[in-house]
Amino acid sequence: MLNPQLNKNGELQHLLTIEGLPKSVVNHILDTASSFVGISDREVKKVPLMRGKSVFNLFFENSTRTRTTFEIASKRLSADVINLNIQASSASKGESLLDTIDNLAAMHADMFVVRHSQSGAPYLIAKHLTDTRQSHVHVVNAGDGRHAHPTQGLLDMYTIRHYKKDFTNLTVAIVGDILHSRVARSDIHALTTLGVPEVRAIGPHTLLPGGLEQMGVRVFTDIDKGLKDVDVIIMLRLQSERMSGALLPSAQEYFKSYGLTPERLALAKPDAIVMHPGPMNRGVEIDSAVADGAQAVILPQVTFGIAVRMAVMSILAGTQG
Amino acid sequence: MKQAAMTLHIRNGRLVDPANGIDAVTDLFIVDGKVAALGTAPAGFSAGRVIDASGLVVAPGLVDLSARLREPGYEYKATLESEMQAAMQGGVTSLICPPDTDPVLDEPGLVEMLRHRAMNLNQAKVHPLGALTMGLKGKALTEMAELTEAGCIGFAQAEEPIEDTTVLLRALQYAKTFNYTVWLRPQDAHIGRGGIAHSGALASRLGLAGVPVMAETIALHTIFELVRATGARVHLCRMSSAAGLELVRAAKKEGLPVSCDVGAHHVHMTDADIGFFDSNARMTPPFRSQRDRDAIRAAVYDGTVDAICSDHTPVDDDEKLLPFGEASPGATGLELLLSLVLKWADEYAAEQAASANGAGPLARAIAKVTCDAARVAGLQAGQLAPGASADVVVFDPAARWTVAAAGLASQGKHTPFVGYELAGQVMATIVAGRVAFER
Repeated sequence: MLNPQLNKNGELQHLLTIEGLPKSVVNHILDTASSFVGISDREVKKVPLMRGKSVFNLFFENSTRTRTTFEIASKRLSADVINLNIQASSASKGESLLDTIDNLAAMHADMFVVRHSQSGAPYLIAKHLTDTRQSHVHVVNAGDGRHAHPTQGLLDMYTIRHYKKDFTNLTVAIVGDILHSRVARSDIHALTTLGVPEVRAIGPHTLLPGGLEQMGVRVFTDIDKGLKDVDVIIMLRLQSERMSGALLPSAQEYFKSYGLTPERLALAKPDAIVMHPGPMNRGVEIDSAVADGAQAVILPQVTFGIAVRMAVMSILAGTQG
Repeated sequence: MKQAAMTLHIRNGRLVDPANGIDAVTDLFIVDGKVAALGTAPAGFSAGRVIDASGLVVAPGLVDLSARLREPGYEYKATLESEMQAAMQGGVTSLICPPDTDPVLDEPGLVEMLRHRAMNLNQAKVHPLGALTMGLKGKALTEMAELTEAGCIGFAQAEEPIEDTTVLLRALQYAKTFNYTVWLRPQDAHIGRGGIAHSGALASRLGLAGVPVMAETIALHTIFELVRATGARVHLCRMSSAAGLELVRAAKKEGLPVSCDVGAHHVHMTDADIGFFDSNARMTPPFRSQRDRDAIRAAVYDGTVDAICSDHTPVDDDEKLLPFGEASPGATGLELLLSLVLKWADEYAAEQAASANGAGPLARAIAKVTCDAARVAGLQAGQLAPGASADVVVFDPAARWTVAAAGLASQGKHTPFVGYELAGQVMATIVAGRVAFER
């Protein structure tokens, strides 16, 4: 089966997932991002790489943070940005998802940044663009259901590389609601692609999907054992609707069992870094003392995120369909 | 006015009639809608029409245990006309349709209307399943005796499992009273609800909500316990897992009055066929692992699976060209059933038969869509002994065709087999002695 995100020359046409991306492509994105990091500190924060290009932010699911960072990244690349918040599901809105895409493509969109509550929705869009001979339009997955959030995964890799330099001697722990997390899936694929020898997933059985071992992950239910001697801790957000019910009894008990406290952080290596994709629930998955502590790199993640998204968009814009 | 007798002579075909243990090149003589003789013409026979079946297979018309015709209520997805034409092109001469129409088939009037519409089209024979509970809501029983009189051959819940086990118990007790068969798809009412793919590594990787195998096995345990208690006859629809089939095997060995079928797509496909979120592979029950698929193929061979059905479910573009989780489940199947069964015969049964005695792979395959299916449904169909209704399919087992939307008569154009080349092309379909389709 052809990889739908690469064109016939093997170049990145869309960014839909990190799974299956060649390591060289991932490194190329990270290297390109590194050249953009300095731009934000300049007086003129813009480069003309996407001048005259139109980027449509298509958010079928609510998000302020991700949409904003994509918007900033587009603007710093001198692209024109159009934000569309389509909160209602495509079905109940009356217009189908693909009709929406056709209409926007007719407005000469060059790139769609798509967030959707359904896993795989960006694939449907990318396939439709190919089927309708509009493959010059690029698709960036900004989060689809539980499936993938590749730019988050890449910015996490950028952050880890920034602080740890080498991936091939690291132990990385991902803690929390792996079951519903697209961030966890993208991080796992990115970490294994980059050669991290040990990726751990930590959580209660109700929040761990089956088949993690087949993704190259070591599973822990005891956080104290799971955090032992790790170099990187990636905390996941626990959605409020999952805090009490059949998955978990209460936020309090979750914090007690899986919250990252200074005591637990001390089990990791002394120079371990703490990451979180945001927004954080202080006192649920992470203690404020850790979130605001010296080992947290949560705000740098946000800053790097803009450079990484600039890198992804500029690389895609340079690929012919 | 009395018409001259309609006669048909199908000449020199390989007649495969598993019910009667026949697999030989011979002639078939049809008079007045019935099989008159095999081999030698009956006295005074003069052929009104001769079909030369040299190099072709002549078999009983297929009996499909599940084909959704989408009437009443979903005519935008398919109509009786389009789907009956699809049945003819697929060599299906009898079909059973589930009650999940809109309105649900829970009233005798609706059943009569459907049968009347189907009879006027004079193509495949349509045998509806009535709803087991009103509106398929799992609360109140339907008037099963009235529905039977109207033409229902059994009672089903389609895709709506009964939540209240007491209602299921009562339904089986009541059905047993009149010796009706209850058709149930084993699916727990809660586990796997909202799931869209087989729980496993692929669903985890793609971030698709899972339907675990235990959704099937838990339901089976409940059903078997109720069958033990009531003695009701239950047909299990659309088995999907190795573990589920193992339970059915044990139940049959124990002597419980149960039978089961699988969908033809499930004999071949696995969850890996979802690929990159291909909504054509969105099915209910979901395609499971390769281990499950292999167990299905073996269970068809050893007889644990009584029949293979098309599970024909026409879905229109608007409901299929959606993100995987929003797409309607189901695939078109009437026109693929024969080829998919032959594919099983080619790939699996041929391998097994090489080291065993008994019927050849072709006969075994045809039995699953003719006499065995008819037995499960309690129909006088699926065999070609003299006196039987002359429902016949003539097909070329070697002719290959490519599955393409444009070539399908059904209004449902979606199947994960789109683009596949399959062997087995229907050349003629004969219903009650009348040539209803010819290529």
